[in-house]
Amino acid sequence: MPLAHSPTTVPVTVDEEKCIAHKGCTVCVDVCPLDVLRIHDETKKAYMKYDECWYCMPCEADCPTGAVNVSIPYLLR
Amino acid sequence: MDEIANGTETFDCDVLVIGGGTAGPMAAYKAKKKNPDATVVLLEKANVKRSGAISMGMDGLNNTVIPGHATPEQYTKEITIANDGIVNQKAVYKYAENCFDIIQELDSFGIRFLKDETGDYDVKKVHHLGTYVLPMPNGDTVKKALYRQLRRARLLITNRYMATRLLTGKDGRIAGAMAVNTRDGTFLVIRAKSVILCMGAAGRLGLPTSGYLFGTYENAANSGDGYAMAYHAGAELSNLECYQINPLIKDYNGPACAYVAGPFGGYTANNEGMRFIECDYWSGQMMQEFFNELQSGKGPVFLKLDHLHNKTIEEIESTLHNVERPTRGRFQHGRGIDYRQEMIEMHISEIGFCSGHSASGVFVDENARTTVDGLYAAGDMASVPHNYMLGAFTNGRFAGEDAVEYAGSVDFAKIDEDQVAIEKERVLAPTKLEDGIPPNQVEYKIRRLVNDYLQPPKVTKKMQLAQERFAEVREDLKHMVARDSHELMRAMEVHSIIDCADMAAAASLFRTESRWGLYHNRTDYPERDNENWFCFSQLFKNQEGAMDLKKRDVDPYVVPIDDEEKDIYDKQRVEAQA
Repeated sequence: MPLAHSPTTVPVTVDEEKCIAHKGCTVCVDVCPLDVLRIHDETKKAYMKYDECWYCMPCEADCPTGAVNVSIPYLLR
Repeated sequence: MDEIANGTETFDCDVLVIGGGTAGPMAAYKAKKKNPDATVVLLEKANVKRSGAISMGMDGLNNTVIPGHATPEQYTKEITIANDGIVNQKAVYKYAENCFDIIQELDSFGIRFLKDETGDYDVKKVHHLGTYVLPMPNGDTVKKALYRQLRRARLLITNRYMATRLLTGKDGRIAGAMAVNTRDGTFLVIRAKSVILCMGAAGRLGLPTSGYLFGTYENAANSGDGYAMAYHAGAELSNLECYQINPLIKDYNGPACAYVAGPFGGYTANNEGMRFIECDYWSGQMMQEFFNELQSGKGPVFLKLDHLHNKTIEEIESTLHNVERPTRGRFQHGRGIDYRQEMIEMHISEIGFCSGHSASGVFVDENARTTVDGLYAAGDMASVPHNYMLGAFTNGRFAGEDAVEYAGSVDFAKIDEDQVAIEKERVLAPTKLEDGIPPNQVEYKIRRLVNDYLQPPKVTKKMQLAQERFAEVREDLKHMVARDSHELMRAMEVHSIIDCADMAAAASLFRTESRWGLYHNRTDYPERDNENWFCFSQLFKNQEGAMDLKKRDVDPYVVPIDDEEKDIYDKQRVEAQA
């Protein structure tokens, strides 16, 4: 069965100006209990790869530069 | 990251703790403290720094037994009554006797507890009878404080490995476990003399009303893997029909926190703003009244704070919007809800298994031992009713100390290479398919069916239909495709979820009476039947490899309960005044 691509808006956004992943920081990726954040191969910044968010907030709380922001997932808010 | 690497790794240890949330870290820590020469490994699906139910801390200890405020006898009596008499009192009593030691230890870790002007613990009454709730002013730091101790004790921590199955030796005792790396699919075989399961509740069983798979009450990583693993290893599970069903903020699906607001004067109310239950402590009987109020047309149910002073509400907000589920504040802000102006709308959650708040868990004795030699369980997944976070810590300690002693007295059980080969094939199967059904769709389907057919009030015919539908969806598991290691983790979680769904149906059909209020409200057997059902239901995998159940007697009480006391929790509805 071939797979389709369905878009979803993601709850966690990263301010690329503030994000220091390009310097080697992986804090948000490290702490996420659902393992949904990754460092982008090209931009070298953190982003939410999978829309599987418990809107728990360690990513935002532990980010050293305040680059990460957690919103309530669209289906709930 | 996330590409399948196709390797296998192995290691040996004396004590393997699976699950690094709450009970797990304490179990590992205590095992190491008791025997510094033992190899103790803490295996975690995510990262121990922020994993599990208390990822963002906890606002208080909900079940303390502090000298001067409560006695172990009072506490054991309260939990026995709250759980309609079916408890292992020895385990509850032992927890009650020892939890104060743990409080003092947490204090030494840097965790603060609310004290009054005289310097005494400021314990709050939330339960129906006694006083056990103790707020923690810096409760947001619990994980950090715990992690610091694990680092100091030089505990070996292995993050980003999802355990999939236990290994057992020829005589049925524990031999180790198998796991898969969530970021590159490496298969891990661990030889262990003892294993402690601390993998949390089955929180991805029912589907939240939002339809968002991860908008669960429990940490969404808690997919019931522990329950499934214990089952497949031959351990018995108790009272799985005693579901967890919680009163939560509608849509947000997190706690409204009557335990925090109650001591300040907040309370659960109907749409007229009137109290209808005397006590906001989570129990099946309380949830039944919640459900009845909804059916009566006086719903929805709300948490009412708008009658409180502005400063009081500020204090409540500073806890609710900073600890445990801090995005609550964002949710209310987005909805334009101000606690000063309107009540907080609540609803009845999806079903799950949990013994932190309910009583559905792997059977354990007072030393946290399961029915499999060398296998232990603690925390939300171990059946010591209503054990909450302090129970996870205290029972985790019992597990760690007993396991390391046991490990010192045995050799490794021989690993069965066939078990390993079968499991490796099962785990990696979704990566071998070119296309198929993605795990998220199979998961949605199973959980939607759980809602349709298992949500109480339970109907026999519906539960039987559920079993047929689950069997059909089980056939789809072999068509599940995982395009990377992350999706592979989700595929393995689907296996746990469908196992838990089958267990929920089987256990509910087994107990032919109603008990525990809404948690096991069976329309076809509406009365409690103590003559035939004053016992545990024990679910297990039988010789034929099929799901089976049997009764287990309740051990004689260590704290007697008078007849007049037994149904106090049934009398929660506020009586109309003349």
